[in-house]
Formats: sequence, structure tokens, C-alpha cells
Amino acid sequence: MKTAVIVFPGSNCDRDLAMALESVTGTKPYMVWHGESELPDGLGLIALPGGFSYGDYLRCGAIAARSPVVRAVVAAAERGMPVIGVCNGFQVLTETGLLPGALMRNEGLNFVCRDVDLTVDNSQTIFTSRYAAGETLSIPVAHHDGNYFADQDTLDRLEGEGRVAFRYAGDVNGSARQIAGIVNAGGNVLGMMPHPERKIEAAHGGIDGRRLFEGLLEAVA
Amino acid sequence: MKLRIVVTLKNGVLDPQGKAIEHALGSLGFSGVGEVRVGKLIELDVADGTSDADIDAMCQKLLANTVIENYRVEHQEDLGK
Repeated sequence: MKTAVIVFPGSNCDRDLAMALESVTGTKPYMVWHGESELPDGLGLIALPGGFSYGDYLRCGAIAARSPVVRAVVAAAERGMPVIGVCNGFQVLTETGLLPGALMRNEGLNFVCRDVDLTVDNSQTIFTSRYAAGETLSIPVAHHDGNYFADQDTLDRLEGEGRVAFRYAGDVNGSARQIAGIVNAGGNVLGMMPHPERKIEAAHGGIDGRRLFEGLLEAVA
Repeated sequence: MKLRIVVTLKNGVLDPQGKAIEHALGSLGFSGVGEVRVGKLIELDVADGTSDADIDAMCQKLLANTVIENYRVEHQEDLGK
């Protein structure tokens, strides 16, 4: 499967994501710079990495969401292309409107950087098919602005439609209903604050993130 | 034409930074400080004659995230300099 990792000025998890994708798919991803206006042909997945795109200026992900390449990503996502946004990538996806809600400053104001327990809420998505519903995963978070916010109607809709993919098992950052990751209505776009690409090999202290990419490969290829 | 865009958090959106400031003011001995909310002030110098619709579009498309924020536009000539 051909994949692309979008690289913004200030991205810092782009290579981690590329390593994870290569490790699972056997093919090096295209690294696509933010100024590009077209994506490579034949992609099966687009990944938006973590980091501090454009220095988090204005709002996290706000400037990246208006960059030329992200316009192409939005168009591809609207045609059904699988897209995953991790951490800053999740923030970018909410800023584009592909995913509802917003990521606010952590409730405790601290940057949180540690392994957290995540519960798989819905195992019927293309991103979570290798997990069991209710399963607990250990995946790292590293963010200052991961406090998921949406109005009550949106939260009810997300839950009612099975669009909460992952929840924190405990309170990590004040997120509404402990939401850690959500999918869009079409089920082809996932945003999540935790970093599955950092739990790919045993040397990372666990491989709970690997099955996300394996499941995607199986679903898309 | 000089503009000020004032971006504020919507009611109902928690503002942990505002909370921290509120506590800090309390610890400095200032009593009676109610809720503190942090927003942004963005100054723009736009071409004379820029339409209100264009200014509004700038706010909607970039300057404010209307999921969580409200904005208002102030024209400098109305601000008494």
C-alpha cells in the first residue's frame, strides 16, 4: 500500500510515522511538503503527523489546515481516502472541519507526556479492526492541547453513531467524555491525540500501536 | 483601514488559562475577582474599502474557530484612537 506523510514546518513526529508505516506496509511513504498542491497518485492512506505545525501560531493546527496540501487532503478525504491524524494531525483535522469539535489547552495546563491507558470504544472501524471492543491499550500521549471539546449535541451524536474510536481509561487532559480519538461520519478519517506510531516494536516498550496500522493495511489493501 | 478583531471563548467553553489567572490574582491578594476569560486581540491593516463581508470571511475562515470562539470587529476610527 502506498502511503503519504504530510510534513509541515514544525512537524516532529513525521519520521516516526513514516517508520511505523514502512514497518507495517513494507513500502517507504511519500513525504509530502506542506506547500505541494497535489498528492502522489495511488495512495491508500494519508497521515498527518504530530508536532507543532507553524509553531502552533493562532491556534494549534489552524495555519496547517489552510495550507495548499491540506486542501488536497480534504478533497481526497471527501472522496473516501483513509486519513489518520495523530496529535497535531488531529488538531489539523478539526481545524479543517473534517472532524467536529476542537482540541483545547489541557485542563491541568500541564504538557502531558506519558503512556496512558486507552479503551477501544468501537472496533468496527478501518482503524480499529485488529482490536477488540473494550480492550485496553497502552499508548503514549505528548501534548499540551488535547482537551477535546464539542457541544453536547455533537458529543451525543458521536457516541450514538459509534464514532468514538478511543477513550482515555482515566482523566488525562479534561477531554469531554474522555474522548481520545474520533472518526468522521464516513468512517475514513480518524483523529487521535495518543501516538500509536510510538508503540510499534518491542523496543518501544510495547506494540499496542502496531495493530492500528496492520488493520488499516488489511482494510485498505 | 485599521481593524481590531477581538476573539473570545464562547460561553460554556472551559478556559483553564483564565482559571489559573483568576487563582493567581487571588493569591496576590486581589479579592472579588469573578470569572477570568482569556481571548485574543488581532490587529489588521486592510485596504480602504475592504467590505464587511470580506472582513467577516477572514474571521470565519481563519482568525476565529467558531466551534469554540466568538469574534467581534472594531474599526479603529470608532475606537477614539
